[in-house]
Amino acid sequence: MDFTYTILIPLIPLFSFLIIGFLHNKLSNTVASGIGITALTASFVMSYYTAYKYFFTTEKIDGAYQKIIGYNTVWLQFTENLHIDMGTLIDPISVMMLVVVSTVSLMVHIYSTGYMKGEDGFNRFYSFLSLFSFSMFGLVVSTNIFQMYVFWELVGVSSFLLIGYYYDKPSAVAASKKAFIVTRFADMFFLIGILTVGYITDTYDFLALTDPSGSAIAQGGGILFMGMSTMTWALILIFMGGAGKSAMMPFHIWLPDAMEGPTPVSALIHAATMVVAGVYLVARLFPVYSISAPDALEVVAYVGAISSLFAAIVATTQFDIKRVLAFSTMSQIGYMITALGVSGMHGHEGVGYMASMFHLFTHAMFKALLFLGAGAVIHAVHSNLMNEMGGLRKYLPVTHITFLIATLTIAGVPPLSGFFSKDEILVAAFHHDKFIFFIQLFVAGLTAFYMFRLYFRVFWNKEPHYHHTPHDAPMSMKFPLMFLAMFSFVAGFLPFNEWITVDGKAIEIHTEWVVAIPATLFGLIGIAIAMVMYKKETAIPDKISAAFGKFYKWTFNKFYFDEIYMFVTHKIIFNIVSKSVAWFDRNVVDATMDGIGHVTEKSAEMIKGLQSGQIQKYGFVFISGAIIIAIAFILNLFY
Amino acid sequence: MNIETFLLMRHELMLIITILVVLLLELILPEHGKSKFIPLTVFAFAANVVVGFLPQSEGIAFGGMFVMSDMQFVMKNILNIGVFIVLLQAVPWLRKSENQKNSFEFVVLLISTLVGMDFMISSGDFLMFYLGLELATIPVAALAAYDKSKIESAEAGIKLILSSALSSGVLLFGLSIFYMLSGSIYFGDVAKAVTAETVSPLLVLGLIFFFAGMAFKISLVPFHLWTADVYEGSPINVTSYLSVISKAAASFIFAIIVFKVFGQIANVWQNVIYVLAILTMTVGNLFAIRQNNLKRFLAFSSIAQAGFIMLGIISNDNIGMTAIIYFSLIYIFTNLAAFGVVSAVSNASGKETIKEYNGLYKTNPKLSLVLMLALFSLAGIPPVAGFFGKFFLFTSAAKGGYYWLILIAVLNATISLYYYLLVIRAMFIEKNETPIPTFKSNIFERIGLVMSVVGIFAVGFVGALYEHIKQAVDTFILF
Repeated sequence: MDFTYTILIPLIPLFSFLIIGFLHNKLSNTVASGIGITALTASFVMSYYTAYKYFFTTEKIDGAYQKIIGYNTVWLQFTENLHIDMGTLIDPISVMMLVVVSTVSLMVHIYSTGYMKGEDGFNRFYSFLSLFSFSMFGLVVSTNIFQMYVFWELVGVSSFLLIGYYYDKPSAVAASKKAFIVTRFADMFFLIGILTVGYITDTYDFLALTDPSGSAIAQGGGILFMGMSTMTWALILIFMGGAGKSAMMPFHIWLPDAMEGPTPVSALIHAATMVVAGVYLVARLFPVYSISAPDALEVVAYVGAISSLFAAIVATTQFDIKRVLAFSTMSQIGYMITALGVSGMHGHEGVGYMASMFHLFTHAMFKALLFLGAGAVIHAVHSNLMNEMGGLRKYLPVTHITFLIATLTIAGVPPLSGFFSKDEILVAAFHHDKFIFFIQLFVAGLTAFYMFRLYFRVFWNKEPHYHHTPHDAPMSMKFPLMFLAMFSFVAGFLPFNEWITVDGKAIEIHTEWVVAIPATLFGLIGIAIAMVMYKKETAIPDKISAAFGKFYKWTFNKFYFDEIYMFVTHKIIFNIVSKSVAWFDRNVVDATMDGIGHVTEKSAEMIKGLQSGQIQKYGFVFISGAIIIAIAFILNLFY
Repeated sequence: MNIETFLLMRHELMLIITILVVLLLELILPEHGKSKFIPLTVFAFAANVVVGFLPQSEGIAFGGMFVMSDMQFVMKNILNIGVFIVLLQAVPWLRKSENQKNSFEFVVLLISTLVGMDFMISSGDFLMFYLGLELATIPVAALAAYDKSKIESAEAGIKLILSSALSSGVLLFGLSIFYMLSGSIYFGDVAKAVTAETVSPLLVLGLIFFFAGMAFKISLVPFHLWTADVYEGSPINVTSYLSVISKAAASFIFAIIVFKVFGQIANVWQNVIYVLAILTMTVGNLFAIRQNNLKRFLAFSSIAQAGFIMLGIISNDNIGMTAIIYFSLIYIFTNLAAFGVVSAVSNASGKETIKEYNGLYKTNPKLSLVLMLALFSLAGIPPVAGFFGKFFLFTSAAKGGYYWLILIAVLNATISLYYYLLVIRAMFIEKNETPIPTFKSNIFERIGLVMSVVGIFAVGFVGALYEHIKQAVDTFILF
């Protein structure tokens, strides 16, 4: 099978970026968006064609889907074994990601023609969208960990540019900076992890790294370092990079703020594609995690579970609809991460892996739909706050229906897609670790509650006084909504268990009623509570929040995570470290120098003007530095 | 000594010829034709750069005092390109009325130091090394003091010459200890005499004194104190020369000597480098954060960058050597792109502080983009070349198992991102009532900037270049 053409999938949006970017002053808005949409359509068609070709016509060997290198070029030869390539890797998860990215990206491209109409910098927006699509495609088809890192940073940069799109708004600028710095900070660990893996296994190549019978895995974990093998450390470090991009605790603080970007951007980057990069990364390296470092996988599972619980709790108290969705995203990604953490390699043990990818797929569709729906609402009422909405079902019928479908999907109501994928995750957790299972079950109920809280507050409840009657969105915005709604419907019936598994072989799945019934029940209870509380205006929410008192306040303030970070960076790092350095500089270094230099300074005063007198100090430091180092090392080596 | 052996010194000879040509031009050009002096000089130097790339045979001359191999060939060409860019950037400044008259001195001095560096890199014994080092340093002191109208410039010159005299003294002391222990000044003989069995306190003392002298040139903490005043007082092009080219050249020869001469006792000096690297990266960063003046800012951030080079030194193998050369090449392009913009802005408007750069993007978008690119590269953000440079240095240190050092280095790289972003924010985001007005930069400056930008992209993306350097390093033998 020849997949060489797949290199075009990322390259076409790159060209579109270059064209729109260089000519952004000269192109009209229609032409610029036309170029962007055409380019994405091309990638979209090719992605679907690739999926068709891969899943239906490519020959399986031993009943398993093969990993195929579509295109490859050696870029930097480092040592004989260690080299850095650029290319495309075609396997079940990369093909799935191509479909996800191209679908959501194309929908967002179309949607934005309506949403961003008349904005300053419309062309700039489209060039950034193309840049992002290029980077994201490049990331998912990476053949090696290094290529992935390069594109990883590129998506970070495009996300930075898009969050800060309204650059005259201080909050948007601050948010983009925050996102960039937090994810960069996490990437630092990622980079160290990559270097360590490269050092231990002598390869960056995914095929070689993840081959269960290959030398990289056979080598084992390397030497022990602080109680765990180096490989475990490396994989934990790599996961930290993933946690940064996927907004897992404790690197989640950037995601809610990232909502300052235009809503289509939130749908594309901060709901469907970039934020799941961390999940994708772990899935990509899954055999290494599973065989070489099960401890690391345990960390992954718990980070995911705790993040999903935390985010779901916070989501119940937020009033900004985009922030509710942001926390919901974080919570759902927590699900996917947990599913990977509880998964094994083969047969039914591998159901977690399959479920994670399945949920990634369905979540991308329904969460993009939720964000685009929220965008349509914001477009209509010019506010993000629930308090200023209500009763919108009459004014925005299409948005209402599609939003309801998405809300039912995320709440896990059968037979919508969210039910199936979430169910598989719960099954995987059930068989691995009951504690995690109960957390996830509770989160399922919370999810249904906060999503229906949002739905009822926006589309039912009491109608505030609107300055002008809200209108439903134009066709360019409605079409993506309907398209994605359709996807949310049918995606649940796709045979993921046959397509996407760790070893490429189909696995058997069957509904486990022990899991499915409580899960659905929890969902329905959540919906019912939300209905009672929010369908009409009642006093219950206030009473409940009063009853929870301090806890409500803590939750509303996201458990003060941002404040803690602020405290640590500003008060501790900036103050204590830099102040103590400054103090040391002034009182110890300078004072000593002053004392010694006092005499010389006196004499230097006579020729002051030409020379400041400090050159002696330099000389003194130079000589004493050399002598101190020499003495220290001689003593150290010989005595 | 036949002509072939003599031609091993082709790079040095070409430079000396260029100096003569420049001096002749100064003599024969009529008073009204003086305006042609600069273009002709630039042309002469460009010719020298091009000739530098012609194939070159390998070998030794002067009984082993002078060594020429593919690796030195690569190094010298890198320095040639760097000096050429500096020269291009200096043109508008040389054209100013107060400098015009003596501009030939500037060019001659600049090329003289390059001759010194080339000899230094090609040295096969400590005498040639020392002569080259001094020839590379003394003209720079004159260059630092070149701006005669400014008292700071004179101060920079005198400080540079005084402190480098001191450092040379210490360095020579170290070299004399090597001579005492081995009875020879040839690298090969010293290397044979210095083995794990013969390590003595005296040798360590000599080694540290030698390191101190080199650390002075590369401006490693705590031997960096001279840099503050010299960088500040010197004309901006001299500062960029000092903090970029000089540093690269000194790093080259430092790496050659420690790898080839003291490679067998690596465990002794690796610890020294470890300490110096951490100190340099951290203190350099802390210094840079405090700067408001862009010239000083870049100069100090270059101290931190020198700390990263030490990660390559510590590895003590060919991968480290390759990483150092590769990083230096990228570093020259990147830093000169940044300095180029700052120098162009300074020449046109006299403004140098970060605050004054607020809103630069509105008025001078192209320059702002170049500066942004350079700063991203300095910060090491992929896929800009600077990232690959740092990445290879990190990898070479990882090969040696220096995980803590890498952790500190990566932390420092992240901190540095913070202050590089401050400048980018000033240019692109901050608003300014009175931004630096739009200006058209000089054609020479523009050529210099375009070369740097092309370099930033090309070096990162053309894998063959790395291959070539690696091959040159792998085949290198000293004797």
